[in-house]
Amino acid sequence: MSAPTGITWATLAKDIRLEWRSKDAINSMLFFALLVVVVFSFSFDPNAEESRHIAGGLVWVAFLFAAVVALNQTWARELRNQVLDAYRVSPAPANALFLAKALGNFLFVAVLEALMTPLFIIFYKLRALGPAWQLIAIAVLGTWALVVNGTFFAAMSLRTRSREIMLPLLLFPISLPALLSMVEATTNILTGENSAKFWIVLLATYDVVFTTGCLALFETVLHAE
Amino acid sequence: MNDPTTARSPADPIIRIDNLTKQFGRFAALRGVTATFAPARLYAILGDNGAGKTTLLRTIAGLATPTRGSVAILGQAISRDIRREFGYMAHPSLLYDEMSGMENLGYFARLYGVRDSARCAQVISVVGLDPAWQRPVGQYSQGMRQRMSLARALLHDPKILLLDEPFSNVDVRSAGEMVKLLVRMRDAGKTLLVVTHQASLLGGAADEFVWMQNGQITNRTADRSFMGIA
Repeated sequence: MSAPTGITWATLAKDIRLEWRSKDAINSMLFFALLVVVVFSFSFDPNAEESRHIAGGLVWVAFLFAAVVALNQTWARELRNQVLDAYRVSPAPANALFLAKALGNFLFVAVLEALMTPLFIIFYKLRALGPAWQLIAIAVLGTWALVVNGTFFAAMSLRTRSREIMLPLLLFPISLPALLSMVEATTNILTGENSAKFWIVLLATYDVVFTTGCLALFETVLHAE
Repeated sequence: MNDPTTARSPADPIIRIDNLTKQFGRFAALRGVTATFAPARLYAILGDNGAGKTTLLRTIAGLATPTRGSVAILGQAISRDIRREFGYMAHPSLLYDEMSGMENLGYFARLYGVRDSARCAQVISVVGLDPAWQRPVGQYSQGMRQRMSLARALLHDPKILLLDEPFSNVDVRSAGEMVKLLVRMRDAGKTLLVVTHQASLLGGAADEFVWMQNGQITNRTADRSFMGIA
């Protein structure tokens, strides 16, 4: 039997291939995030100082909403032709599927962030006054926090009738501590007023706790009727 | 991995179902089904719509959890090891429409630890399709999808095949070829449970006909005349 890591990579490669061909998730996410940037930049006209205070919240809320689009897509393609049943009847471990889906979503949201961040910087005239390199850690940990729970709750809401509504209802409340950490840490770095270390450690702890919890519970979710 | 076949007599049933009940809310799709299925036999499971045939197959495959009762395959309850021992073909194709047949089978092969890509090409050829086709499965006809779905179920060379409506939307000639293939697999020692509405196709091939009605097995017979297909 294949090692779980082999199955994880095979599933991840399959998801990337499917996304490359359909571009369902990336296109919807990009379009949504672009709308947020443009609409907000027209709605508000902040100066550079004001931008530093609001950009953390704006950026992460935009990425959170955009990520939900990708998270819904990732399982929707497993429902077409009931392909998920082919995985469920196989001896492949549930965790390998979960990790592959979470990594795939991480990749898609990271691509979105890489494309949208320059636009945020231009539209909101952003320049970090604190240690900018810490933004990379926040981006990695924050994105993982969004996708690990998002992947789990998207799987949970898979068999509900209104899963597009269920996912945000389940995901947003549980993501609040992570979102708060991301926003506070980003704002601290952009303004340079306080250290972001506490929020980064909180975010890392959040990631460890929820990744462990999701891995422990995913088999039950996968095989639930 | 534990070998589930160890310390088993060849005469032991390969599938044992004991007082199986499956309810969806207040509706009972299966009502206390008790049955055994012997190795190397081809069973045709027949019945009207809503008789419980698909639910029976899904419960054996571990896709539906019994409300009461139990299913044992090779003497064991469903587990990861046991899943290696059967192939399952459902009414939907269980294939990714955006990928070609070879790409689909290449992925599913990994789930079963089959690393030989030649095996994928082999099973595609066995079901009468061309492994060289690059077009995505979504562009296949329904009948071709059915055959590719059968190829997916055969991929890991399982001992048991659970096939739900394998002949639906398949033309008569191809269905005949599929029946011959199923007979060859039975003769090679595999056990096949085939749910179908086309009893006549399996008339000369099935070892036993299992008739279901209202969530129960109401008759089991090897007598083709009883089923009106002799």
